[in-house]
Amino acid sequence: MSVLAVTFDAFTNVEFWIGVGVLAGAYAIFALGLQLNVGYTGIVNFGQAGFMAIGAYAMGILVVDHGVSFWLALPLATLIAMAAGVLIGLPALRLRSDYFAIVTIAFAEMIRYTAQNARELTGGNQGLLGFDDDWVEFSIEVQDSLASVGLGDQFLLPLLLAVWTTLLVLTVLLRRVTNSPWGRVLRAIREDEDAARALGKNVFAYKLQSLAIAAGVGAISGYFLVLNLAFINPQQFEPLVTFLGYAVLVLGGLASYVGVIIGAVILWTLLEATRFIDLPLSAEKVASLRFIIVGLILILLMAFRPQGILGKKEEMVLGD
Amino acid sequence: MDAGTSSRPAVDASHRRALRYLAQRPPLVVALIMLVALLALVITEGLQPTAQRTVNGFVSGSYFALGAVGLTLVYGTLKLVNFAHGDFLTFGAYIAFLFSVSVGLPLIVAAAIAVAATALLGVGTERVMWRPMRERKAGLLQLLLMTIGLAFVLRNSIQFVAGTQPRTLDVDVESSVAFLGLRIGRTELIVVAIGFAVLVGIAMMLRSTSLGKQMRALSDDFDLASVTGIDTDRIVTVTWIFAAGSAGLAGVLYTSAIGTLTPNIGFFLLLSLFAAVILGGIGNAYGALAGGLIIGLAQEWSTLLVDARWKVAVGFIVLILVLIVRPQGLFGRERTV
Repeated sequence: MSVLAVTFDAFTNVEFWIGVGVLAGAYAIFALGLQLNVGYTGIVNFGQAGFMAIGAYAMGILVVDHGVSFWLALPLATLIAMAAGVLIGLPALRLRSDYFAIVTIAFAEMIRYTAQNARELTGGNQGLLGFDDDWVEFSIEVQDSLASVGLGDQFLLPLLLAVWTTLLVLTVLLRRVTNSPWGRVLRAIREDEDAARALGKNVFAYKLQSLAIAAGVGAISGYFLVLNLAFINPQQFEPLVTFLGYAVLVLGGLASYVGVIIGAVILWTLLEATRFIDLPLSAEKVASLRFIIVGLILILLMAFRPQGILGKKEEMVLGD
Repeated sequence: MDAGTSSRPAVDASHRRALRYLAQRPPLVVALIMLVALLALVITEGLQPTAQRTVNGFVSGSYFALGAVGLTLVYGTLKLVNFAHGDFLTFGAYIAFLFSVSVGLPLIVAAAIAVAATALLGVGTERVMWRPMRERKAGLLQLLLMTIGLAFVLRNSIQFVAGTQPRTLDVDVESSVAFLGLRIGRTELIVVAIGFAVLVGIAMMLRSTSLGKQMRALSDDFDLASVTGIDTDRIVTVTWIFAAGSAGLAGVLYTSAIGTLTPNIGFFLLLSLFAAVILGGIGNAYGALAGGLIIGLAQEWSTLLVDARWKVAVGFIVLILVLIVRPQGLFGRERTV
């Protein structure tokens, strides 16, 4: 019977796990930004894929059209994404949180439509290529030096190391930031906006800063996703990405950065490992099945364990 | 004291009065803006093309309005931002496809089955998900993510059964009727006729019947409505029947107008529906009807000025503009923002 035969090769296949590791790392970074917004500030940012798209396209356009070096383009594009966060936050953060959710998702979709249709700038659906020469060169150097310690034959290993180093650095930084007095104000806003305002805090400015930082973090996650594929195209920034980011977030738990990392690893292991379960179904049906499972996880988590795996119930303000 | 200086304050005052009059009547302002836009298009682009786009706008406006009215009713009554609403449209469309193409029933019968099935789906989600969650006093994010989870489950279940390849509904999208130099597809004409008949029916039901009044009361203030003795459970169920049923119909009408269906159509339409809902004032049923028509017209008119591939973005621009200028929408009240 081959109905549910699992090929265990999958679990010993290094290439496979490196691939999962890159995706999990990139989505963990993506969700770190969401965690700052949702878990610590209480703003429901559904436009994270849009900020990611702005970062990735800004980087790509700077390198390909303007000859900026890849390494300089990264911080520049991150700043552009943060500026976009401020720009969208200025009108949208004045709204109630359910409006904010709808506006930010509309913003992200508008960015995606623009990427699709402003073909002269973005390459449209054909995508943007050739932004990663500097990276590939660097990656090969790293690969060569890894080879000297016997780890040389994995093409994606340098990217994996870069993703996880960035993830750990950002986690440490964000933890410090949220444990600072600034972060305590964010949490006060999350718990009771009016009380924070009564204490003389400029609630709006804090929310704007939180959104801008999250936008920058979202942009950073995007660089890794586009480097992983070596091209930038609009389909990489569908709302699905933001929704998966939320799945990572609530799986790991609100108000916990480590939870985000755990959530990302669980989700991507689940999504990718199912490729190796030998179901008597077409690839398309298996893909549908995977997202049915993601949907069920979201529903069941929210119904029965809304605080996720590591989240603290007392730190959870899910109400309006 | 010459006459000029003494009359100026009077002119200013009458200006102010006129402005205040307009500020208190946003629907009038929007009607004026639409009229000016229409005239401008007629002058710059010509009467015939503008009239043709207007006809097209009424076609898409009819299914936008139908889709939006359910979204807004559910929001108003349950404070639920239902990201799965678009997939209710898809569900309806595929049920109609199943019964008309696969089973071979006439499309009108299949459409009726689709409306009933989608209404049932709506009531089902209320019983299994939303009512228990209301009893637990679930928060905004919890509910929002549950609707997204539901959207995943619905869309991918449809995809699992029907596949991703586009399906063709057995409708005549070729032949068209011409009048006064304007063309409208035969099927589109039926779509518009059914869409508007149902919209008027829903509007009248909401305005005049006791059921409609109770639905609006619940949408206005759930707690106040329940202390006045309205059977909230019953009205919530009826709201779901209307909301999901009209979504199913909107899905059938949309796919009939364009002839093909894929599992993504509902999600593709969802943000235009949100734009319509927010334009009309979230929770306000009449607002959603007006908002749907305005979004439909605005999208079609835009094709006179820019490439049609930007059409969908027009809805988002309207959405963002409304939220900046008047976040409570055309018919909404200040406190709801």
